Amino acid sequence: MGQFLMPSLGADMEAGTLVEWLVKPGDKVSRGDIIAVVETQKGTIEIEVFEDGVLEGFLVEPGRKVPVGTPLASIVRNNELYPTTLANSGKSDSSFARSEHADSVVLSANTKPTFPAKPLDLSVEEKEGSPKKTERLRITPAARRAAKQAGIDVLSIATRGSGPDGVFTLDDVIALRSTMIDDARQQDNFAGMRKAIAAAMSRSKKEIPHYYLADTVDISLAEQFLTSTNATRSAENRLLLGALHVKVVARALEKYPEFNGHFVDGQFQASKAIHVGVAINIRGGGLVAPALHDANEHDLDSIMSAMRDLVLRVRAGRYRSSELTDATITVSSLGERGVETLFGVIYPPQVALVGIGSPVERPWIADGIIDVRRLTNFTLSADHRVSDGHRGALFLQEIGKILQRPEALKR
Amino acid sequence: MSEMEKILTEELYRIAPDIDVAEIDREAELREEFDIDSMDFLNLVMALSKKLKIEMPEADYPDMMTFTKMVEYLEQHSK
Repeated sequence: MGQFLMPSLGADMEAGTLVEWLVKPGDKVSRGDIIAVVETQKGTIEIEVFEDGVLEGFLVEPGRKVPVGTPLASIVRNNELYPTTLANSGKSDSSFARSEHADSVVLSANTKPTFPAKPLDLSVEEKEGSPKKTERLRITPAARRAAKQAGIDVLSIATRGSGPDGVFTLDDVIALRSTMIDDARQQDNFAGMRKAIAAAMSRSKKEIPHYYLADTVDISLAEQFLTSTNATRSAENRLLLGALHVKVVARALEKYPEFNGHFVDGQFQASKAIHVGVAINIRGGGLVAPALHDANEHDLDSIMSAMRDLVLRVRAGRYRSSELTDATITVSSLGERGVETLFGVIYPPQVALVGIGSPVERPWIADGIIDVRRLTNFTLSADHRVSDGHRGALFLQEIGKILQRPEALKR
Repeated sequence: MSEMEKILTEELYRIAPDIDVAEIDREAELREEFDIDSMDFLNLVMALSKKLKIEMPEADYPDMMTFTKMVEYLEQHSK
């Protein structure tokens, strides 16, 4: 039996509020599926499941705030479900899951005498109009369907509805659902976001011996490359400098792995995958830095569309749990309306942050000629427990070099 | 408010719901007035070009820098 727990979405998180379930008991779930929505200090997060199996039942109802690590649902793992003889049955995927679930009931009833009736009970509850249900609460078919869809286990919350003779109606489900969502939303506010940032940044400054480096990079060629690329493209296919920055940092990290990974339990664990956390400003205050996964392996177009998707979801307050915890480095850019230089604070357990200032026009000497060029200050905040200034300088220089050959970023 | 002003206001509201169009300086830079970054601006251009079925090339961005200029640009191009 597996349990789906309230995840820790960063060192600073203590509790979360379950907003809604996106699956129903009896649904087949696979690793990576988004099955629940949780409200934290950082906003509304879509939570992924880490096991393959069948969702057996909910242990926590939407609207409740529970500490990190609290079991939210029970999952019958695939290997617990399927007797080996079934593995070769050759049935199609969906019918496979169903028949296996049915088998699991028998299997667990036989092998776990202490809880013989539990899985059976749940499978019975799944059936529409089962007599057990009506004994406790009378509910209209429409209300039952709606509740099921919303993942609300009405039976364990309500004892009476507002209909004739206490029948639970569709209106009751709608009212219940909006109360739950409002309750959860209210707990996430600006103060919560501020607190989360305060906790993470205090920990960073307490634990991480930062060192800082800065370099000025001529971005004229990179901007020309973008202008000519975008000239013939419709708006939805245009690239932004921000996408180029993510790609450049990911490319440079391939050569300098000591800036990519996590510092855990007193030692640095370099990460093979390069997940670039992109600091995104939230209107009204605060910021988050969700990860763009495998940034080094994607071309500029897919990085751009992933970034656009990420920004839209962050602004709408909805992103995934893995995006919050997976980043192996952070890129923080001030964009076009800011100041020249940004000195970042590393987001633990990461070990580096690349800060990018706003581009400025300045006189610049190249090939012995004074010219007006567009320049950007790149900074590196890095963890001195893991790397030294020499390597840091080479890493930062590599970023500048790559930006002089923007064509090479196409692949 | 003209039809085009309404369309622009609506799209800006989607991106910057906290800003009231009635209170902005229509001759000042749109990005400053609405506190929008280049990604927001691109999303605005995307939404407008889709809605009005017009091309809004990057080379024309200087003609879209203020609320008033953007409205003029949209009126000229959506014939």
